[in-house]
Amino acid sequence: MTGDTLVRGATGTGHAHFGRLLAAEWTKLRTVRSTVWSFAALIVAVIGFTALFTWLTVQQWSQMNAADRAQAALDPVPQILGSGLFLGQLAICVLGALVATSEYSTGMIRSTLLASPHRLRMLAAKCVVFTLPVLVVGEVLAFASYGLGKSIISSKIHTSLGDPHVTRAVFGEGLYLGVLGLFALAIGQLIRHTAGAITTVIALVLVLVPLAGLLPGSVGKHVSAYLPTNAGQQIMQIYPKDQILTAWQGFGVFTAWTAVLLGAAAWLLVKRDA
Amino acid sequence: MIEVKDLVKRYGDTTAVDHLSFTVQPGRITGFLGPNGAGKSTTMRLILGLDKPTSGGALIDGKPYRDLPDPLRYVGALLEARAVHPGRTAFNHLLYLAQTQGVPKERVHQVLDLVGLSAVAKKRTKGFSLGMGQRLGIAAALLGDPKLLILDEPVNGLDPEGIVWIRNLMKTLAEQGRTVFVSSHLMNEMAVTADHVVVIGRGKLIADTPMNEFIARYSENVVLVRSPQADRLAGELRTKGAEVTPQQDGALLVNKLAAPAIGEVAAANAIVLHELAPQRASLEAAFMELTRSDVEFHAPVSDAVSGPSGGDGQLPPLPAAVPASGPEQGGAR
Repeated sequence: MTGDTLVRGATGTGHAHFGRLLAAEWTKLRTVRSTVWSFAALIVAVIGFTALFTWLTVQQWSQMNAADRAQAALDPVPQILGSGLFLGQLAICVLGALVATSEYSTGMIRSTLLASPHRLRMLAAKCVVFTLPVLVVGEVLAFASYGLGKSIISSKIHTSLGDPHVTRAVFGEGLYLGVLGLFALAIGQLIRHTAGAITTVIALVLVLVPLAGLLPGSVGKHVSAYLPTNAGQQIMQIYPKDQILTAWQGFGVFTAWTAVLLGAAAWLLVKRDA
Repeated sequence: MIEVKDLVKRYGDTTAVDHLSFTVQPGRITGFLGPNGAGKSTTMRLILGLDKPTSGGALIDGKPYRDLPDPLRYVGALLEARAVHPGRTAFNHLLYLAQTQGVPKERVHQVLDLVGLSAVAKKRTKGFSLGMGQRLGIAAALLGDPKLLILDEPVNGLDPEGIVWIRNLMKTLAEQGRTVFVSSHLMNEMAVTADHVVVIGRGKLIADTPMNEFIARYSENVVLVRSPQADRLAGELRTKGAEVTPQQDGALLVNKLAAPAIGEVAAANAIVLHELAPQRASLEAAFMELTRSDVEFHAPVSDAVSGPSGGDGQLPPLPAAVPASGPEQGGAR
C-alpha cells in the first residue's frame, strides 16, 4: 500500500466528467462478446437477406403478377431493404435490451452506480455510447445493402439515390435502427430482466403489428399506423402505404414512443433501489 | 468518518434497518456485526446511496455519498454480492471503473498486482473462484486509493492464506489513518481484526463499543475445574449458587462463581483440586448471548414500532438468534 498516493488529492468537479462516463460506457460496450455477436448478426442478416431476397425477386420476376411488379417498381426501396431489415433489426433489439439488463443480471449495476452515483448522467452516457455506433453501422449498412440490392435487381427495376425520396428512405433505415436501439434500451432499463425485456421488445416489434392488423376498419388502420415500429418504418417508404402518417411524421411518432419509454426508465432508475 | 443518523429502511411491512445511529471513526477497523439478516448489507447499501432510506440518512465526512466528487477516490466498497460481468476480463472491469474517476490505467495494473490477480487479468471473470472474485472486488475497492473503505464480508470464500492477507491489509489501511468499516457474521474473525465494534440485530443497534470492552461486558465468565472428587465439589458449589455443568472428561464448567470463591469452597470442604482455570469467553459466545437477549427483550418493542400491521411480530426469529444453536450455558471452550 505504499507509494500508491499517485491519485490522492486529485481534484473533482463535484460530478464525474461526462466525457469520463462516455469512455467508461464505451469500455463496457466493447469488452463483452454479446456486442460483437450482435453487430455481426446485424451485418450478416442485413447484407445476406437483402442479397437473397432481391436475387429471388429477379428469379421469380416472370411469375409475378402485373400489380406486384408495378408496386415493386413504384417503391423499390422497401423491396430491396425490407427483408434484411426485418431480421437484422432483431439483433439491435436484443443488444439494446442487453446493454441495460446485463447491468442488473450480473450485479454490475452496483459497481456502476458506486462509480457514478448520479444515475441520470450514467444513463445518458449509456444511451449516447450505444446509439452512436448503431447509427453509424446502420447508415453504412443501409447504403451498402441498397447498393448491393440495386445492382442485383437492376435488370428488372431501375432505382437510384437520385430518384425522389430515395436517399431519405435509405438514410432513414440507419435512423430507424438508431432509434430502435434506444427503444430497446429503454425497455431493458424499465424491465431490468434480460429474458423479459427481450421478449417484450420482440413482441412490440414483431407480434403487435400483425395483431393490430386484425382490428376492423379504420380503427385498425389508425392503431396500426401509430404502433412504434410501423410508424418508424414509414421513413423507408417512398410512398406511404396507408396515407395516415407521412414519412417524417411516422418517424416522429416512433421517436416520441422512445422518448416516453426512456423518460419512464430514467424516472424509475432514480426512484428504485439499485 | 461515516455518520449514520436515525436510519430507517422498510420493505413493505418488514423493517430491515430500524432507527440506526452510529459513527465510524478513521484510523481504526470498525467491525459491523450481526447475525445473517440483521441488516448489515442493507445499512452499507444505504450508506453508499444504492438504496434509498425510508427516513434518516448517512453522511461520509459530512456529505451524502452522491455528493462526493469522484466517489471511488473517496470511498472504496466491496459489496457482498458479485458486481462484475462474467464475460468481461478482470482488467476491463477495473478499467471502466478507473475511467469514470479519471484514474490512470497504470493504477489498474497496480491494484491487480496488490491483490495477486495479475496473472489472470486478461481472463474473463466467469472462470474465477469465489476467492478470486473477492480479490477482484477488493482491487476495485482500492482502485481510487480511497481514505475510507466499506467492506461487506470480505473474507467470504477466501482460503486461510487469503484471510490472513485481508486481515493484514485492513490493519495496514487503518494504520495509514483510513476509515475501515467491515461487516461479518463471524465473531471470532472480528475479534482478531476489529478495534471497535458496532453490533446490530434485527436492524437495531445493540452495541457500539471498543472490541475488548465488548467481550468483557457481554460475556459470562466460566471457570474450568478438575477434581478427583468432582461430584462432591459440584454439590457444594451448587449450594453456593453456582451453575455446574459436568463435562464428558470429568471436568466441571462453573458459572456464576469466580475462581477464588471456588478455591475457597474446595478448601473449606477439604476437596483436592487438580485444575482451576478461568476461561475467557469467546467473542462468539458473547455475540450469541447478546443477540439472544436482543430477541428476548427487544422483540416486543419492535412489535410496537411496526404498528397496527404487526407484520414484524409474525416473523420467525432470526437464525443466529436461536438459542438452541449456541453452546450450552454460554460456555466457552
